[in-house]
Amino acid sequence: MLLLLQHMSILRGVITIMIECLNLSKKFGQFTAVDDLSFTANKGQVLGFLGPNGAGKSTTMKMITGFLEPTSGKVKVCGLDIADDPIAVKSKIGYLPEGAPSYGEMEVGQFLHFVAPLRGIKPNLVKSAVESVISRVNLENVYFQKIETLSKGFKRRVGLAQAIIHDPEVLIMDEPTDGLDPNQKHQVRELITDMSKDKTIILSTHILEEVHAVCDRAIIIAGGKIVADNTPSEMEGMSRYHHAVSFVSDLDTELLNKIKQMNCVRDVAYDARLKETTVFPTQGLFIFDEISEFLRKQSIQVKSLKMEAGRLDEVFRNITQSMGEREVVK
Amino acid sequence: MRQIKPIIKRELHSYFATPIAYVFIVIFLIMSGVFAFYFGGLYERGQADLIPFFNFHPWLYLFLVPAVAMRLWSEERNSGNIELLMTLPVHKMDWVLGKFFAAWLFIGLALLLTFPIWISINYLGDPDNGLIIASYFGSFLLAGGFLAIGSCVSAATKNQVIAFILSVVVCFLFLLAGFPMVLNFFKVFLPQIMVDAVASTSFLTHYDSITKGVLDLGDLSYFAITIAVWLYATSLIIDMKKAD
Repeated sequence: MLLLLQHMSILRGVITIMIECLNLSKKFGQFTAVDDLSFTANKGQVLGFLGPNGAGKSTTMKMITGFLEPTSGKVKVCGLDIADDPIAVKSKIGYLPEGAPSYGEMEVGQFLHFVAPLRGIKPNLVKSAVESVISRVNLENVYFQKIETLSKGFKRRVGLAQAIIHDPEVLIMDEPTDGLDPNQKHQVRELITDMSKDKTIILSTHILEEVHAVCDRAIIIAGGKIVADNTPSEMEGMSRYHHAVSFVSDLDTELLNKIKQMNCVRDVAYDARLKETTVFPTQGLFIFDEISEFLRKQSIQVKSLKMEAGRLDEVFRNITQSMGEREVVK
Repeated sequence: MRQIKPIIKRELHSYFATPIAYVFIVIFLIMSGVFAFYFGGLYERGQADLIPFFNFHPWLYLFLVPAVAMRLWSEERNSGNIELLMTLPVHKMDWVLGKFFAAWLFIGLALLLTFPIWISINYLGDPDNGLIIASYFGSFLLAGGFLAIGSCVSAATKNQVIAFILSVVVCFLFLLAGFPMVLNFFKVFLPQIMVDAVASTSFLTHYDSITKGVLDLGDLSYFAITIAVWLYATSLIIDMKKAD
């Protein structure tokens, strides 16, 4: 049914494949950084790359943006093969490399005026393009400041500005919020959400809450391979904590055992330091009502009672660690 | 190719946004004056020409040109900027040429600023100005040759100090290829034709013939080919090393 729907929407032209990676591999000497990786991204999608350090996220992005040539496999952006016409593909992409490099000795305005024509903006449109991007990422106040004197957050925004100055169809960002404070993170995420409607965005991140905040699809990469490709909520569904009920209260062992013996309960965990009890339901059950009913009957003082959606970090650990172990077994 | 202009503009601007430009120009002017007057005896010779001035240019360039060239690529690689440059929709050769021409123009500017010495010599006597113009041109070509070598070496390393030292060494070898001490070494085991071939790659031989006022097509194409080959090598090395 879903397949049929997808098929119909392709016919109606709603889903357009913007990025296509086919059996992509990259070897550095003996080391395989990316190993036979394939995926597609459609228009309007925000795709999050997750994975431990050295998993191959950045290498994959560098191949999509044409910085590195794949050892084997193909990259197509907007239907164009990057090996056939790298310049045409690069002009369709906006890329924010890791750490947002730029020329420190230049002023923000100068830098953007320099990048704009290189991004293919016509000379008579450069000024308006720079002005519009400056206001989009709020750089008005630092327009005449040298980039090397800016804070990390501003530097990152300058990097974002150069990446979106030509209004690209595809935007690729390597750890766009890494090292920013919570306010700056929030701003960058808002920007990403703003742009997501008419672009295809790929971003890599270590921050799992970010996946939830901005992505509508998450790909977990480990050892150069895709080990999971789901929506963030599907991924939460894979968590042990999915629909688990947790509360903070002083409980004795007797009560814990009582809860454990309830039909709908699979397991109970108790964190003595936080005094937090987590009750895991039997597969697929909602137990919030049962638990709250039970606590009320036992007249236990409860500080906070909540149902968990699932913990992405736990899913992430499970998937990527079992991956690591498999390699050890090999 | 239309992308070269903004690159040259930015590069030139960056020389003057940092102290590099001023330090280089001042040192170049002082040193060229010192060499010409003290070591070359420009004044004491009592001849109205700039031969002592131009004679020292190869040795001056040997250290000053690698100092300009060392940052061309190694700085971009070290700062990670190369990732930005190589993912912009710009041909790689545009970057290589743009950066090279900007540096060359910059050295050309320093060379032009030596004009007071030319005015002085015209005031003091009646020199052969055609020869002087040819010499300036030859000096500019020589700087271009050194710069192309420096650009290539700079692309090979992230470390500017290493880039500088290696460039000096390679430039030194090319400069001295025509000297007896190098040629005698080759004469031991190479036939005369090969020795002549080695001698013909000497920067100094070609520079000398231009500064003698002989604008030979061979000398000009020698510098043109040298620059082209080293710049092409630069683009190959960037491809090989950019991911490190």
